[in-house]
Amino acid sequence: MTRPEELLRPTPNGLHCAPGDFTIDPVRPVPRAVITHGHGDHARPGHSAVLATRETLAIMAARYGEGFTGAAQPVRYGETSSHNGVEVTLMPAGHVLGSAQIVLRWRGLTAVVSGDYKRRRDPTCAAFEPVPCDVFVSEATFGLPVFRHPDDAGEIAKLLKSVAQFPERAHLVGAYALGKAQRLICLLREAGYDRTIFVHGALATLNALYEAHGVQLGPLAPATAETRDAFAGEIVLAPPDALADRWSRRFADPLPVFASGWMRVRARARQRQVELPLVISDHADWDELTQTFRELHPEQVWLTHGEDQALLRWASLDGITARTLSLVGYSEEEGE
Amino acid sequence: MRAFSRLLDRLAFTPARNSKLTLLRDYLRQTPDPERGWALAALTGALGFDVAKPAAIRKAIESRMDAQLFALSYDYVGDLAETVALVWPKKTGTNAETDRVEPQLSEVVDTLQSALRHDVQRLLEDWLDALDTDGRWALLKLLTGALRVGVSARLAKQALATLGEVDVAEIEEIWHAQHPPYEDLFAWLEGRSGKPTRAAPGHFRPVMLAQALDESSDLAKYDARDFAAEWKWDGIRIQAVSEGGVKHLFSRTGDEISHSFPDVTAALNFEGVIDGELLVVRNGAIAPFSDLQQRLNRKRPDAKAIAKFPAAIRAYDLLLAGKSDLRTLPFRERRTRLESFVARAKAPGLDLSPLVPFDNWPALAALRANPPAGDARLAEGLMLKRWDSIYESGRPKGPWFKWKRDPHLIDGVLMYAQRGHGKRSSYYSDYTFGVWREDASGERTLTPVGKAYFGFTDEELKALDKFVRDNTTERFGPVRAVRAEGDFGLVLEIAFEGLQRSTRHKSGVAMRFPRISRIRWDKPAREADELATLERMLDARSYG
Repeated sequence: MTRPEELLRPTPNGLHCAPGDFTIDPVRPVPRAVITHGHGDHARPGHSAVLATRETLAIMAARYGEGFTGAAQPVRYGETSSHNGVEVTLMPAGHVLGSAQIVLRWRGLTAVVSGDYKRRRDPTCAAFEPVPCDVFVSEATFGLPVFRHPDDAGEIAKLLKSVAQFPERAHLVGAYALGKAQRLICLLREAGYDRTIFVHGALATLNALYEAHGVQLGPLAPATAETRDAFAGEIVLAPPDALADRWSRRFADPLPVFASGWMRVRARARQRQVELPLVISDHADWDELTQTFRELHPEQVWLTHGEDQALLRWASLDGITARTLSLVGYSEEEGE
Repeated sequence: MRAFSRLLDRLAFTPARNSKLTLLRDYLRQTPDPERGWALAALTGALGFDVAKPAAIRKAIESRMDAQLFALSYDYVGDLAETVALVWPKKTGTNAETDRVEPQLSEVVDTLQSALRHDVQRLLEDWLDALDTDGRWALLKLLTGALRVGVSARLAKQALATLGEVDVAEIEEIWHAQHPPYEDLFAWLEGRSGKPTRAAPGHFRPVMLAQALDESSDLAKYDARDFAAEWKWDGIRIQAVSEGGVKHLFSRTGDEISHSFPDVTAALNFEGVIDGELLVVRNGAIAPFSDLQQRLNRKRPDAKAIAKFPAAIRAYDLLLAGKSDLRTLPFRERRTRLESFVARAKAPGLDLSPLVPFDNWPALAALRANPPAGDARLAEGLMLKRWDSIYESGRPKGPWFKWKRDPHLIDGVLMYAQRGHGKRSSYYSDYTFGVWREDASGERTLTPVGKAYFGFTDEELKALDKFVRDNTTERFGPVRAVRAEGDFGLVLEIAFEGLQRSTRHKSGVAMRFPRISRIRWDKPAREADELATLERMLDARSYG
């Protein structure tokens, strides 16, 4: 019987596959990297070779320049390549555009490194596909029973109601540049909001990239202000940090909104001085995590970054073997 | 319930007064009677349910969820109602979700007002099953009587005024004669009927508060001869009302506290309204605040507690004498009336807060720095009141100042940190600090002497949180032990108001209002203060 630790092992560089001689989402430059998705703490520049989906490679090129790696190896979802006898297949993770679970098959053992994932519908990316496996390596960002994300249409309705209730204020929506921003725009369009949505300059590149990959975003315009009252009653999207930045001073009485799974906990929203928290996340919530473990029922669940204690307790009650990998370098913050 | 819970949710995150007014006005306009009336009662603190206790909430969740998973959740969120609202596992089974209809706010209020204690848990579980997360949060906050959404009674009245396009004074004038769900009030504001009748006797008058004195500018700006000075007593500010046989004791925010102080309330033998300080007084001498705390902790004290911690009023001001409202008279005039009023009343448990005569600011500063023996040693500092000041509600700038005593300062070493509750629940924001103690063999070890959780900016909080996370040596639930040695440790300059001997603390001393006055990133831990320094302070300051 092959021990999973022979296939995958946590190292200071990230999760290393010794027989295949590559590292998944390495936090430092390595000779060969396999990357789950384009968020900055998972996809870093400087590796000699990178295997990832076409979309993820495009995102990395957009962020770091074409020379972000010596050799980019694009793969499609479901496409398998062999590395010293380790078969590597990338399957959709439902997190952001191009996000993938890394499926490793070696000597009869199947391990899935899910990266960041979610189970609910997202109009901007392919849905998570469950892969039966012996070892499921899962994130635990929202691994506490308090994190249960509501229906996103209801959250969008809160935003639209507020825009109607406060037409004299600019609704400044904090959203991560990769994934969250485009998903919010699509959700607003689905709710029938067809007016121009104004965007911070830092979102422009990725918005264009999503559109180039077939995600329709509708009328957008840069949030460059001629007059102070220009954005009253409008929706403006910006990276979260811009909300507290001097950049936000150009808006008429801005109403800070933040779309994140962390907004489920009121103290988090207050710390960020958010006036309208929207619980919209690209990560699996508690129910999605536990239901995924139940559905896959692997021999072992390995937990990476996030809140692990409650999941370990849940797993022990549910008869699932789980352990924590101490991986460093991944952000506790959602998204980036 | 859904409209109410959405309102609470928005209010809780909306700091600006005008935006709160918009939210309240829209809610009151769009919601039918009696729902909006009960909501108004909840927001203004007029609702309370004796049968609903946090214990019932705990029991309900314990019956549904693994205790360890709940404990981890509660530890993370830091608020019982919010945690239960978030984690509540709905009953699964046939039609469990679809059968239940969300309760209306009025249904919850009606049911709870007639419910027996042992029914509460079952009611609660049914409601929690029927509501969504926001609804559960609103319900639990309502039950525990702590909405804390930043709406004062004053603001709610302002929203009513906006709704009816009347002046807020018109509402205040009749407010105390109105009762939930306020259907007459809404009928008048919406032009469907005439104005309801005016206030009943015995109501609360808005309190006048003082600005903190800025020594560097205010003393030069003002003439000492324009001001009276008196001690700022270290109890709680109250308003004692005795009007037409109605007797009430109000806190400074207008909360009725008569039930906690039946002895004081019963002794109000005068006809008028007094502004004063509630203190524990024995044989004419005041006791430290910790004694009053013993009474404040009890909602309904027994005879033993009353005898052990006898409370009394020390009078500052007179707002109503007989039928005459004195609030528009100058302080000099009110003070003269107060003196004869208190002398005439001869009420047990009522005495006069004496004026502190002084010739000039330096003389007063000397008194503040070194108060005479007796009660004054326990005062928090001084109050300055312009002789010509009328009694106006709120905190006007100029007529009244508080001039607190300087705090004591020591340098302690950060030893433990705990995650905060509420707003700071993801930050290590409660800091236990220690000072050096030399044992018999001459070895120096740190001994904890207190806990501080305010006095720092948001930026400093982030830096402290990072220091704690980077230098954790051990974890005990929400508490982390932090590296604290002579050669490595973080020195915190702690300011505090007073020091008492304590048998509950290992160090033998307890601080009053300790807070962080500076973070001494620069100071080596070994140079922090010693316990002996605190013990000397204790000896130097004799109480009473």
